[in-house]
Amino acid sequence: MKGFLAVYRKELYGIFASPIFYAVAFIFLVISGIFFYLILDYFNNLSFELARNPMLAEQVNVMEIVLRSFFLNLSFIFLFLAPMLTMRLYAEERKSGTLELLFTYPVTDMAAVFAKWAASATAFLMLLAGTLPGILALALTTAPAWKPILSGYLGAFLLGCAFLSLGTFTSSITQNQIVAAVLAFGLLLVLWFVGEGKTIFGPTLGGIAEYLSVTKHFESFSKGVLDSRDLLYYVLFTVLFLFLTLRQMSSYRWRG
Amino acid sequence: MIEAEGLTKFYGPIGAIRNVNFQIEKGEVVGFLGPNGAGKSTTIRILTCYMPPSLGRARVDGLDCLEDSLKVRQIIGYLPENVPLYRDLTVRRFLRFAAGAKGVPGRNAEKEVNRVIGVCGLDKNANRIIRHLSKGYRQRVGLAQALLNDPSVLVLDEPTIGLDPTQIIEIRRLVQELRENRTILLSSHILPEVAQICQRVIIINKGEIVATDTPANLTSQLQKTGKILLEVSTPSPDFVSSLERIGGVRKVELQTNGASRFEIETDRSKDVRPEIARLAVEKGGGLLELRSVQLSLEDIFVQLVTEEPPQQEVSES
Repeated sequence: MKGFLAVYRKELYGIFASPIFYAVAFIFLVISGIFFYLILDYFNNLSFELARNPMLAEQVNVMEIVLRSFFLNLSFIFLFLAPMLTMRLYAEERKSGTLELLFTYPVTDMAAVFAKWAASATAFLMLLAGTLPGILALALTTAPAWKPILSGYLGAFLLGCAFLSLGTFTSSITQNQIVAAVLAFGLLLVLWFVGEGKTIFGPTLGGIAEYLSVTKHFESFSKGVLDSRDLLYYVLFTVLFLFLTLRQMSSYRWRG
Repeated sequence: MIEAEGLTKFYGPIGAIRNVNFQIEKGEVVGFLGPNGAGKSTTIRILTCYMPPSLGRARVDGLDCLEDSLKVRQIIGYLPENVPLYRDLTVRRFLRFAAGAKGVPGRNAEKEVNRVIGVCGLDKNANRIIRHLSKGYRQRVGLAQALLNDPSVLVLDEPTIGLDPTQIIEIRRLVQELRENRTILLSSHILPEVAQICQRVIIINKGEIVATDTPANLTSQLQKTGKILLEVSTPSPDFVSSLERIGGVRKVELQTNGASRFEIETDRSKDVRPEIARLAVEKGGGLLELRSVQLSLEDIFVQLVTEEPPQQEVSES
């Protein structure tokens, strides 16, 4: 992994120096804030209704209802925003020709791919951190359930990493940032909804479709359950697309 | 120090270079010369490990460019054509990144960056964003990043293209200063530049090497013969054959752009101009122009890269 740190630092600087990150962060925080408020408001109304029925009220957990919807919404917003964080990673270098510098520095392709992806994941981690105040406020005013909070954030982070690896890949196959973003967005959307098609595809294909769905694996995390199968899904997803990016880079070298 | 062995590169079905062979010794400054599209950049990109060749081997300091790619990249400083740079970064930040990527240890990085900033005269612009620099300064930044980590091999692809004359002189001066303890390969399509800086010239055309020699040798080799341009008003039918009979005249060629203009190739040893002048008056109907043509490195270049290589001409005559 020679040269990882240098490329990682440069990419991080590139992300934070460009206005894209701030636009993405602004939209992400505003929308996630609105969703958080709406979900809380919904729970508020629900609890008023449940006040008349104490038997049922005992089974309702604020953390469970709020967190589940919140993390699911978070992942949906990020579906739109992840391609914005990754679109410039390789497309910009291809367009400006700086890939020639990167390719002739003593940096392995693997280190470069990994560093670029890691930089975008770091930026995503900062976005996620921006949602903490709301959750903390909730935890302080109610009985905090740390397990679902932690597993929810872990799931959101893993899901984000997977999205970003796909974005890194689409950025490596074109020199146009818009094309990279649109491709990433389209592919992610397909993977988002593919699980819905299980009834159309029949039992075998439907099972596969459901397994491929990115949301299916996210649900367990937002419930506070750590399932190794779901963990493995996101790790494999990320590794696969980083590997494809790496292959794309060597193909780019050979074609010259 | 640098060896190319049968380098061949195809871009899809299009061959960019074919069977390129050359060797560059340690400490040499070599010019890589050729018209645009001759395959200079392709060859250089193979040597700098940007891309692998389709066939053949390239070695730098005994290390294979494909197998020991990382080690080769470690000892080469490379300035790519058109100087691609991370334009959103400041000069200093970019150089810091380049130093890190080249494996300069963290504690020396700042010192090394300051050194190349000094060498390339970037002190006043070190904290400016590269995007805002003039072309000349961007070229210097490109050179500065190539010099980081003190590479023993320097490869410069068209270092003076697109610069104004003063900037060209500055870059040349810089290269002159850098030649100590270094092997330098410099590509260009401008001849005087190469003649001034380089000890040896490799001329490439249409993907093949057509000549390798010192600039002085290349010039003198072709200057064994002199060239005279002659124009007469109305040559008689046996004018050409009479010209050819003059001792010292090797070859007479009718120029295509006028029925009575001749290009005469002569031996250097003897001045045949008086005789030609006399003949022009007797059989040419009057002398209009007579001058001897100096062969410059440019002519040699043109001769070498035009369709008919000079070797063929020699064997025919």
